[in-house]
Amino acid sequence: MKIIILNYGAGNIKSIQFAFQRLGYNAVLTNNPDDILTADKVIFPGVGEASSAMTKLKQSGLDILIPQLKQPVLGICLGMQLMCNYSEEGDTKGLGIFNVKVKRFSNIVKVPQMGWNTIHNLRSDLFKGINEGDYMYLVHSYYAENCTEAIAITNYELEYASALENDNFFGVQFHPEKSGKVGERLLKNFIEL
Amino acid sequence: MLTKRIIPCLDIKNGRTVKGVNFVDLRDAGDPVVLAKQYADLGADELVFLDISATLEGRKTMHDMVLRVAEQVNIPFTVGGGISSIEDVDDLLHCGADKVSINSSAVKRPELINELSSKFGSQCVVVAIDAKQVDGEWFVHLAGGTIPTDIKLFDWAKEVEERGAGEILFTSMNHDGTKNGFANEALATLSSLVNIPIIASGGAGTMQHFADTFNLGKADAALAASVFHFGEIPILELKEELKRQGVNVRF
Repeated sequence: MKIIILNYGAGNIKSIQFAFQRLGYNAVLTNNPDDILTADKVIFPGVGEASSAMTKLKQSGLDILIPQLKQPVLGICLGMQLMCNYSEEGDTKGLGIFNVKVKRFSNIVKVPQMGWNTIHNLRSDLFKGINEGDYMYLVHSYYAENCTEAIAITNYELEYASALENDNFFGVQFHPEKSGKVGERLLKNFIEL
Repeated sequence: MLTKRIIPCLDIKNGRTVKGVNFVDLRDAGDPVVLAKQYADLGADELVFLDISATLEGRKTMHDMVLRVAEQVNIPFTVGGGISSIEDVDDLLHCGADKVSINSSAVKRPELINELSSKFGSQCVVVAIDAKQVDGEWFVHLAGGTIPTDIKLFDWAKEVEERGAGEILFTSMNHDGTKNGFANEALATLSSLVNIPIIASGGAGTMQHFADTFNLGKADAALAASVFHFGEIPILELKEELKRQGVNVRF
């Protein structure tokens, strides 16, 4: 099993590497196209601001490579948001893998949403063994709207897509690497896809 | 629904927990990693490690500790104490810390908040504020609450939000160590003034204090040390009590 984490200079990747290590897998950090193309599983991490992350993605050429991948790809947090059509954050055009817009929470609620929230309407093998209403850890100010590609929804101000799926592409707004045993199960499910 | 968070805080000196921790069945209660794992298993939602080492040598062992915690613990954690530059934060995040907390260094040079939030994102910048109420007015204090300033708490809280802080960790010097409850009035004011999450700190003594700080103080999270370390309040029991009182918590 060859798991790689896309290295484009955006994100706290150490936690993701350690999470796979706890599951008994070595996830390698790389931006080498050959390594990426031959990987069994690809992790697309990201924290920080959308437009600057997109710029870094373009500089590394990954914006072209990622949509062409055929193996399972998992975008986490900002990684997931960059896989969408568009983000209000920095007026950023995304990779268009998920046909959905990313918007900012309004000030009716505290922004960022920070902490543990529940996931519902689970419909994907990614959630095998995970229950409706289980908790995941989230930290974000922007959210993907609820849409046909949503495989999980979460409620904060409104119902939004906390996980997305389109063919071999998966995206999660929460941090499975920080979401205790439930998060570990999700990563295990992803490996076993 | 987003849950209220329970956060044990561990004081670290030279890579070891200080003030003693009274957990039964622990191989090494002085090892922050062993403790952190225990807390994660017991239902803590997050952890804070506060480095109180005074020396450069002590600071270095902190990096090693952060790396080991990140390797073994599957819940988020914040690291604070002596952080004053972009390089400090970069190092800690690279070791696997999820957030950093800055305090005196932000007061001395408020631009640091802007720099950190634009480089690493607001989500990892916690601004810790120690304040003391004097004649009805809350003033920010530095260096663990020992040095008074003429900066008003509520002005400073608004400023740190505007500068890009992702969260405020507010400690009332009047309440800290008393075990008489959190500073709920000030917390509720803070919560209405800013639109970022507030962590309540200082004064936890009973389970009711936690319920009050969520219901009356409108806090998003509550932090405590000794009541958890000495087993006075088991986290699971606390959460059951909070649930009984209508507070949304994670099990």
